[in-house]
Amino acid sequence: MTNHWIDIQFSDCILAMGSNPASNHPISFKYIQKAMEKGATLVNVDPRFTQTSSRAHLYAPLRSGTDIAFLGGMIKYILDNNLYNEKYVKFYSNAPFLVNPAFRLPGENDGVFSGLNGTKYDKSTWSFQKGADGVILKDPTLQDPNCVFQLLRKQYDRYTPELVSKITGTPVDKLLQVYKTYAATGQKGKAGTILYAMGWTQHTVGVQNIRAMSIIQTLLANMGVAGGGVNALRGESNVQGSTDYALLFHILPGYLRAPLASLPSLKDYIEKSTPATTEPKSLNWWKNYSKYITSLLRAFYGMNATPEEAYDLLPRLEDGKNYSWLSLFDAMYKGEFTGFFSWGQNPACSGASSNKTRQAMAKLDWMVNVNIFDSETGSFWKGPGMDPAKIKTEVFMLPCSASIEKEGSITNSGRWMQWRYKAVNSPGEATPDGELISELFLKVRDLYEKEGGPLKEAVTKLTWDYGPKDAFGRVTHLDVHAIAKEINGYFLEDKEINGVLYKKGSLVPSFALLQDDGSTSSGNWLYCNSYTEKGNMAARRSRKDTTPIGIYPEWAWSWPVNRRIIYNGASVDPETGQPWDTEHPVILWDGAKWTGDVPDGVAAPGAGRPPFIMKPDGVASIFGPGLADGPFPEHYEPLECPIDKNLLSPQFINPTIRRFDVGGTELDLRATCDPRFPFVCSTYRVSEHWQTGLMTRWCSWLAEMQPSMFVEMSEELAKLKGIGNGDAVTVRSVRGEVDAVAIVTARFKPFDINGQTIHQVGIPWHYGWVTTAMRKYSHDDKKPEVFTFGDSANLLTPFIGDPNTMIPESKAFMVNVDRKGVK
Amino acid sequence: MEVTRRGFLKVSGAALVSGGLGVSLKPVAAHAQPLKIQYAKETTTICPYCSVGCGIIVSTRGGKVVNTEGDPDHPISQGSLCSKGGSIYQLSVNKGRLDKPLYRAPYATEWKEVSLEWALDEIARRIKDSRDKSFTEFNEKGQKVNRTNGIASIGSAAMDNEECYIYQKFLRSLGLVYIEHQARI
Repeated sequence: MTNHWIDIQFSDCILAMGSNPASNHPISFKYIQKAMEKGATLVNVDPRFTQTSSRAHLYAPLRSGTDIAFLGGMIKYILDNNLYNEKYVKFYSNAPFLVNPAFRLPGENDGVFSGLNGTKYDKSTWSFQKGADGVILKDPTLQDPNCVFQLLRKQYDRYTPELVSKITGTPVDKLLQVYKTYAATGQKGKAGTILYAMGWTQHTVGVQNIRAMSIIQTLLANMGVAGGGVNALRGESNVQGSTDYALLFHILPGYLRAPLASLPSLKDYIEKSTPATTEPKSLNWWKNYSKYITSLLRAFYGMNATPEEAYDLLPRLEDGKNYSWLSLFDAMYKGEFTGFFSWGQNPACSGASSNKTRQAMAKLDWMVNVNIFDSETGSFWKGPGMDPAKIKTEVFMLPCSASIEKEGSITNSGRWMQWRYKAVNSPGEATPDGELISELFLKVRDLYEKEGGPLKEAVTKLTWDYGPKDAFGRVTHLDVHAIAKEINGYFLEDKEINGVLYKKGSLVPSFALLQDDGSTSSGNWLYCNSYTEKGNMAARRSRKDTTPIGIYPEWAWSWPVNRRIIYNGASVDPETGQPWDTEHPVILWDGAKWTGDVPDGVAAPGAGRPPFIMKPDGVASIFGPGLADGPFPEHYEPLECPIDKNLLSPQFINPTIRRFDVGGTELDLRATCDPRFPFVCSTYRVSEHWQTGLMTRWCSWLAEMQPSMFVEMSEELAKLKGIGNGDAVTVRSVRGEVDAVAIVTARFKPFDINGQTIHQVGIPWHYGWVTTAMRKYSHDDKKPEVFTFGDSANLLTPFIGDPNTMIPESKAFMVNVDRKGVK
Repeated sequence: MEVTRRGFLKVSGAALVSGGLGVSLKPVAAHAQPLKIQYAKETTTICPYCSVGCGIIVSTRGGKVVNTEGDPDHPISQGSLCSKGGSIYQLSVNKGRLDKPLYRAPYATEWKEVSLEWALDEIARRIKDSRDKSFTEFNEKGQKVNRTNGIASIGSAAMDNEECYIYQKFLRSLGLVYIEHQARI
């Protein structure tokens, strides 16, 4: 989230699209309702009439996978009716930039952008025109036919309400109502927010869904203001933190890039990674890149290696190779791994095309599964269709502590890092994850010290100063505060900066003071300022707040540098410095400095510094040449869809996706426009369960409320298939099948797609074959009254991902539904 | 006396009804049983489920969780919790919790209980063997890559920040590049 949960109340129009906050982030609804009490409008766009829809002023249905068509129509509406904030667009976005005249839009190039070569774009035409001085040419009047603004207009001129309606199935009058309502937030002093979740990310056009909305938020001046922003409602208590800490192949902590094979030295890596700009007034914050990587290398290897030597110990990715989730399980299925950790995760149910995931684990020599309950992953070898006698995989299942049995911090969707305390001991030998990790590291290090091995220094030189040590230098008790301090970072020598002396061994007050000469460490520069000489900022509990916008600056801590609304430099007029919204100012100029939230990238009023300082040129990218699939979002059909052509262009699906079904394994199947699988299916969640249900299925209070896998369908479809409410049914895709209870409701309605009746069904994904009925009972146990039943929705989902993120397309695929036993 | 969940619901339902009628409960009824959090120690925590980050107070007595409820001081949740957050008591007081390391040998049909020390020793041995066998210092082009190609890791957004940090530090020191987790799906 660029903003945060409490901030939603300052919105004038809340668009929930690709999310269902009433069910999935229930407490967020407190702030949606507060906004509504103050007169805000709630607009909900969803294939299904959800709990959020039931409270919305305006609900519009759309077919899964057609969000770009819907939003492209909104961009056209905003431009056609002059509803954008012209000053904001001119000063704060790249709308005036002139693009290479050789660049072609899909409307004039058979549905693809210029430069497509097979499944990859040659992006040479996706560039800006530059003057002799290297500065990007601009047209401040936004009239030049090659300027970004005019290209935007041209791109979305094709997205007429009538055509959009044929693609999305949303009636034209509903489309126009949504457009009109949301576009009204472009007025000065008004704010609109977007609340999205997996409904937008889990598509083969996932990133472009969000790009489309980012363009709208920029046009309407909704970035940086209270009640605005682009807000991803993330699904796990610490998925923001685990992303910040780079449990992902392509990044190091703080969104630094993972080293590549083609970058042999730290110097090469820094040169390649540090962006440059020719815009004279742009701050280009990433120019500090060298300070963050050098401090990170110091946090990894301390004084045991110079930063250059430490870089030399890091693993490097093969250039151009993808190591993400789908690639990982594809490689596992092909037998490329001997060992596997599934730490606090249940891929047997959460991985797309779960049959492939489950089979892949049978190809391993050993795996470690760490969790608080038994799971379909740890026990995969005795699951449905598995013959344990034929599965060689050794499995270690380690019990870990629950959140209230250990101490540490987590970061919520609004970037708040909050501290948790230990309330109670863990049962039996269950151990905090951190202690298991530390013990394993120390044991592996011992083995390398004793026996040696390839590049053993990478392990033996790693610093591990996380608590008191025994005679052999092993940590005996893990001190999470020591880790939190290493993350914040230390001065490793006495250092004078701007006339202030920082003593060796003291904590660095903020990332602005990190150095690239090896004199500072920081395990994650974004969190530098979270644990300083003033103490543990995440543990703060003051409710003091002097702002009118509920930022509670002394409650916990928010990255970066306790800033609660990022990009807030864009909340003021570029010339006068006056807030667009005088009632809810995020920052205010008092004549000498900014007050309010921690200001973001903004200089004195009228100084002309563009506020999006993490972008090299300082402005929001309406034209975004960095992505794999185009500088503007373009509608393509999902990999599996019910219609045999893209109504917008001759290009049917996203041309840049990595097709596992073409030349892939026997499990990588696709069935599009296939009469055997005529219905669109989407996965979703219920309030009572979480993710694969691994935690919640074991809690009887929750299991009782939502005991079983179900499939929700319209009354029309039920009639067509002879299915009654409550009937046992089987949902099938080309990849698998799952039993479910039919829920026949008016919440789904058939879509009219270009004159064709298209049905959509929905299934939750919280179930799995391991149930509480399988646990061991002792004589004094009271048997749980309810067991959950059903298996994972992901048995049906396709093995395909977005070309930028490789997030699987779990929200749009094709199925059939029949009464159980009928085929 | 232990208040069961259903009993508790009945009591609060009754209180709601009398409140609605403007009739106060008799003092004798209010004092009929001690509060379940009497003499309990309160610890604050943040909900482990979705990412709103609601505050929860955990009450413990004698080393056992006796109650969990919304933290009224928390500026986001202000005491509210959803059905999941309201049930975290059951994550602690739960007979289904794994409390012993389990080991499944190749081709075995059953789990075997093992000690944590044994399990960690065995895992460390396998990590070293897999790493040593698959470690690639240079790729086909002769570029340095320092990669352990034979081990993959997923997880976890369910861990604390400090745990995520040392986990990736550990994995990267081993040379893993297949490092992924929930954020990708």
